[in-house]
Amino acid sequence: MRRIGIDVGGTNTDGALLDGEQVIETIKTPTTADVLGGIRKALEGVSHSDIGAVVIGTTQFTNAVVQRSNLNRVGFLRIGLPAGRSLPPLSGWPSDLAEAVRGETFLVRGGIEYDGRAFEELDEQAVIEAARQFADSGINAIVVAGSFSPIDTRQEIRTAELIAEHHPKAQVTVSHRLGQLGLLERENAAGLNACLLELAESVIAAFAAAIDQAGLGSQTRLFLTQNNGTLLRIKEAVKYPVLTFASGPTNSMRGAAALGGVDDGLVVDVGGTTADFGALVSGYPRQANAAVEVGGVRTLFQLPDVLSIGLGGGSRIHRNPFRIGPDSVGQQLVTEALAFGGSVPTLTDAAIAAGSLHVDGASRPDLPNADEVLNHAAKMIADGADRMKLSSLEVPLIAVGGGAFAVSDTMGGISEVVRPVHGDTANAIGAALAEVSGVVDRVFHDMGHDAAVSEAIHLATEDALASGADPTAVEVIEVEDLPLAYLPGDARRIRVRVVGPLESLHSSNG
Amino acid sequence: MTRILDAQDVDDLAVGAWVLGTGGGGSPYLNHLNMQRIAAEGMQFELIDPQELDDKAKVAVVSTMGAPLVMQERLQDPRDVARAVEVMAEHTGSTFDAVMATEIGGSNAFQPLMASAHLGIPIVDADAMGRAYPEAQMTSFAIGGLQPWPLALVDPRGVEAIVTHVPTWKWMERASRALTIETGSMAATCKAPRSGVEVKRWGVANSMSFAIHLGAKVREARFEHEDPVAAVCSAANGRVLFTGKIVDVNRRTTGGFLRGVAKISGLDHYAGSEVELEFQNEWLVARIENDAIATVPHLICLLDATSGEAIGTETARYGQRVALIGISAPPLFLSSNGLEYVGPRAMGYDLDPVDPCP
Repeated sequence: MRRIGIDVGGTNTDGALLDGEQVIETIKTPTTADVLGGIRKALEGVSHSDIGAVVIGTTQFTNAVVQRSNLNRVGFLRIGLPAGRSLPPLSGWPSDLAEAVRGETFLVRGGIEYDGRAFEELDEQAVIEAARQFADSGINAIVVAGSFSPIDTRQEIRTAELIAEHHPKAQVTVSHRLGQLGLLERENAAGLNACLLELAESVIAAFAAAIDQAGLGSQTRLFLTQNNGTLLRIKEAVKYPVLTFASGPTNSMRGAAALGGVDDGLVVDVGGTTADFGALVSGYPRQANAAVEVGGVRTLFQLPDVLSIGLGGGSRIHRNPFRIGPDSVGQQLVTEALAFGGSVPTLTDAAIAAGSLHVDGASRPDLPNADEVLNHAAKMIADGADRMKLSSLEVPLIAVGGGAFAVSDTMGGISEVVRPVHGDTANAIGAALAEVSGVVDRVFHDMGHDAAVSEAIHLATEDALASGADPTAVEVIEVEDLPLAYLPGDARRIRVRVVGPLESLHSSNG
Repeated sequence: MTRILDAQDVDDLAVGAWVLGTGGGGSPYLNHLNMQRIAAEGMQFELIDPQELDDKAKVAVVSTMGAPLVMQERLQDPRDVARAVEVMAEHTGSTFDAVMATEIGGSNAFQPLMASAHLGIPIVDADAMGRAYPEAQMTSFAIGGLQPWPLALVDPRGVEAIVTHVPTWKWMERASRALTIETGSMAATCKAPRSGVEVKRWGVANSMSFAIHLGAKVREARFEHEDPVAAVCSAANGRVLFTGKIVDVNRRTTGGFLRGVAKISGLDHYAGSEVELEFQNEWLVARIENDAIATVPHLICLLDATSGEAIGTETARYGQRVALIGISAPPLFLSSNGLEYVGPRAMGYDLDPVDPCP
């Protein structure tokens, strides 16, 4: 069975048709203002027989938050009194976004301790009163966030039940579903999610309609991709649109890994303006670890660790003193660069002048220091690669993107430079190849490292199976064990992530 | 000299205090947010030089004890810190003239501001560590042999305790730590009250304004697109010891502390060599090959190489690109009595102290 991957980026919407891991066709088309036009075009651009799944990576939900557009109001219910009163929900949000999103806010007694004891019993009467208030005010998107809820989810779940009972139209986002430890960050993620629910409903209905109209057949399933490079079912995406944030770079690196046949190594995507470096661990991007701001809101989303330098095919060459970039002619390359009759010397001109790059319709510009320019660019890329590397062992480097000609074939610390075909649509290919994941992030006590890790792997695997992973092919791709300071009882916070192919797709692929 | 702290100072304190946390003390983010909300309402804080304290002035000394992770889930309310001071005032039967920090490094730097916001008393520009240390007895007041008792401890559910007497500072750490753990590993404390003369003799003077100054220099460097790491060094008379990327972090907890080693592989002109950075909540010893290049009580700070933001022992991760800097400790921690509390041997290393900026 075949899959179509579509990645909606800021400039281009890319499509790829894959049979198993093999790329059959690719297409690149400009992203349209309504997004759907580009998606339709990408769908039209590939053949349609025997399509099992369409996987879409989209920036629409991130953009809605960044641009403060198409957001609905959110009611917040925090479980944790008598603690936390001074930092109510929406603390630290940019004021324009907070004003766009703010519905009513309630804090109620309850919460959990680090060791799973109740901090306070849940005040169910206060929850019922809040639910009635939300209903009276017509606020349907509601966040429920309780202290240490990832350790014991029952108070949040009970609260969601009570809200459903007293406010039947409510759509509740429970914070433990989005997360990690850090109450405010988890509540923020839930708030970003809740404010996108109305948009999610209309966007996803439109995606489904576009696929219907494309005539792919009723057996075609639709998925979105998550920020960790794994699949999000439509049923889940409607409830958790926030999980699609920043899936673009992840898809690109996942695609590069598959195309290059490399699971552990480095990726460099050299575009028109920047070269972006990432590191692959077991075929997935290494994650950045700092708190991540989305639209000015602090969250703990796991996003890929990316190093960008100002070097691309359109980078301008400066003299006196000599340097390349960081300014670039960008999309104007084909009008402004010397080789295309323009007046700006660029990195692309240097490669054409030196005879290392041939472009249809370009003339060979006169650039006496072309070799010097290319050597310098190659050194900048080698330095960037070295900064992403974590050990002194040699690793392969996958070079993708239109500016990949600037990557030298040999550099220190790199075993080989892999230049896959279809590298320019690695993001759509990465979307098509997305797998199902399961994640656990919580505190374990009195178990020791080995027992706690194996319990976490068990729970993460169950999570993946519940999302449709093939039980025979689930792999552990991340284990992090963080012993906790100042907590008794050998407390350790363990984060485990497992992935596996989607059962139906995998088995039909044999 | 009395100074009024405004919203900008509050922001700068968050950055500077995290640098002085030397890897520990907890991220100031949440307490900063608390104070930003209060500062946005127009509240200002009066910061007074310790030399201007009356000898008989009564000074409350505050900190919150516990696990940073619990602080991230429970979200401390400034009222709890104020309540700890009130409980102490009720116990001693006299009110306080001012409040000061125990620990200027990390989130505890904000504790006196939190108390001041609700009690309306000024903040003394001093603390008792000049940085962060892992244990509550590692203070200049302990080094000065001052009285360790009493201590007031408060949790938000209304648990209020007084430790009325202990034989030593170490016992005060043990007793207050046990109470803290029982209330969920987070509690606001008001330490043994100090007189003006004690603060003048044994406090680390002007550490609050120093933290604010460090933060301001980082902010200005970022704004001017200059190197924030160099700005920290120049403001603190510190020195860059190493730059590189973190290639390994090995953590374990023993005795309630986060211990371990981070390895940093050199970049730029440190390429080819490696630093081993040992920690126990804070960064304690930095070595190249087997030679210590910096140890406690001197300050070892790990900063993000680009932003100048401090990196904690709980947040250091593979792949981060970092600058390691050293700052000399205040002289009072280097006396033989000082080293007994905070020297390398007090932390379990058989080493003489190594000053990174000789």
